[in-house]
Amino acid sequence: MNPPAVITAENLTKTYGELTAVDGISFEVSAGESFGLLGPNGAGKSTTMKMIGGVSQRTSGKLSIMGLDPETHGPEVRAHLGVVPQQDNLDEELKVRENLIVYGRYFGLPLSYLRPKADELLEFAQLSDKAKSRVDALSGGMKRRLTIARSLINEPKILLLDEPTTGLDPQARHILWDRLFRLKEQGVTLILTTHYMDEAEQLCDRLIVVDKGRIMAEGSPASLIREYCTREVLELRFGSERNTTIGVELEGVGERVETLPDRVLIYADDGESALEQVSARRLRPLTSLVRRSSLEDVFLRLTGRSLVD
Amino acid sequence: MTDAQLPTAVHPLRAHSPAISASRARRWGSFFYAEQALRVMRGYGWSVFLYSVGQPVAYLFAMGIGLASLVDANSAAVFGGVSYLAFIAPALLVSSAVMTASGDFSYPIMDGFKWRRVFYGPHASPLVPQQIAAGHIMASALKFLVQSVVYFVIVAMFGASPSPWGWVSAVVATIAGLSFGLPLMAYASTITKDAGQFALVQRFIVVPLFLFSGTFFPLDSLPIGVRWIGWISPVWHGTELGRVFTYGLEESPVLTLIHVLFLVGAAATGWTLTRRQFVRRMGA
Ligand SMILES: Nc1ncnc2c1ncn2[C@@H]1O[C@H](COP(=O)(O)OP(=O)(O)OP(=O)(O)O)[C@@H](O)[C@H]1O
Ligand SMILES: [Mg+2]
Repeated sequence: MNPPAVITAENLTKTYGELTAVDGISFEVSAGESFGLLGPNGAGKSTTMKMIGGVSQRTSGKLSIMGLDPETHGPEVRAHLGVVPQQDNLDEELKVRENLIVYGRYFGLPLSYLRPKADELLEFAQLSDKAKSRVDALSGGMKRRLTIARSLINEPKILLLDEPTTGLDPQARHILWDRLFRLKEQGVTLILTTHYMDEAEQLCDRLIVVDKGRIMAEGSPASLIREYCTREVLELRFGSERNTTIGVELEGVGERVETLPDRVLIYADDGESALEQVSARRLRPLTSLVRRSSLEDVFLRLTGRSLVD
Repeated sequence: MTDAQLPTAVHPLRAHSPAISASRARRWGSFFYAEQALRVMRGYGWSVFLYSVGQPVAYLFAMGIGLASLVDANSAAVFGGVSYLAFIAPALLVSSAVMTASGDFSYPIMDGFKWRRVFYGPHASPLVPQQIAAGHIMASALKFLVQSVVYFVIVAMFGASPSPWGWVSAVVATIAGLSFGLPLMAYASTITKDAGQFALVQRFIVVPLFLFSGTFFPLDSLPIGVRWIGWISPVWHGTELGRVFTYGLEESPVLTLIHVLFLVGAAATGWTLTRRQFVRRMGA
């Protein structure tokens, strides 16, 4: 049996004037699960996150977090959450450590808890030596880490992360993944949006692919790849001149051919044999590469766009 | 070091439950935000505070002592029989609170909604938008009060507040600051694009209010055509009310009541509009 749902959205919709940012999406997230929202710019991911976070009122549909409606029980819902917004909104004029303490005060937490907790979280975010700096003296990646540390001050059981690792260097990103993984092991429910496929594959048990405010597909990373892609992908580059015209000549190789401005993708269960077929047709790519297919390919298939543009 | 040696392992840190967070935030949220605002002010340090006390004190000496020697010798009667120093002391008190308010309730509001979006941090916590607005106001009001009290003490030391009720003028100045500041805050919270509005407010509202509100000479001595500026000015209502307390300005009790109603009414209207706009804008 599945653990009970901590978040339930039914036909969740948000319009801004004429624009429908979120167009009737439904999903459930169970306790301890990590759930991802994947989609191109403007898909409605942040808008969905804000509605879950109880800071943006939905236009219609139903939403329940821990059995509560964020519209009528905003403070009660938000008291359960840790939130990392897409855009940092730290108190730039306060010191790094003070940012954590002040934020904890909004939850009515006492200083006797907050002081040691702040130190613990600074350690976690590798910012201990910056504790006394002002926030405006931090680099972009350090601010991001501080925002993440801040979201944990109340020990939330549900963590909303809107593009948490954007702006982090690869090392910091890997460390963060490790920390998020540990939180997950402790039973924290993670909801995250990301543009990084590897992040989604690493962290998400289940995800939805969103485009133009609608759900295009749902499932675990592995099942999505199985459903929408072949096992392997052959990537060919013929130079920017020829990439676009060569598609016709490649027809029939593999299961599907996708032509992009900078490369041609051939979906096939066996990439090597597809490459042999290409050579047999006397087509000479400048470079060729066989790889396993990824969420990136699922995304391309579903939305016709690559994720990082 | 192993975990067992960490004191936190003996008494593991545990946050209280979300239900407690929510109920505390519902009850005390405005104070929690005021605490943040005061910490930010503390970060600014003494410079701002000294400026906001120092400026009126400088005026007080230049005008009240320099100019006074000239004025008192010639036209004491115009100023209700008190020294010129006593006449302008409450006016400078109120003006300086209003000027501080014009800073506190303009740019920081834009900053909160737009520039650095500082209001959106607490918005994701159990606080609600009206508490964020209220906390900001409470912290500023405390600042006006402290600034006014310090200034008043200096005034009193120079014997410019003969009445034992003079200290009430510090409270009056705080209220005057809010009665100007809260409508400004309501306006500031509607601005989505910075097009120099606050510079205009400063130039075409704050400065005229300072000059034409019976600050340096009684409103009656102005031509009738500009006297209305005083009637709609929190600076004038605050100044006159302050004078009632510092030296017992003689005026009709009805007028005194009007001063109070005007100041409180403007502040209350400003608060109602601010609150509505914060809720609307942050929940969008
Ligand atoms: N406050 C707002 N007012 C008007 N339109 C908005 C507002 N916020 C978002 N939108 C619009 O809603 C749509 C969805 O925006 P949203 O920020 O949710 O996208 P996203 O999936 O998070 O994109 P990104 O990957 O770029 O962060 C966009 O077309 C955006 O312009
Ligand atoms: Mg977004």
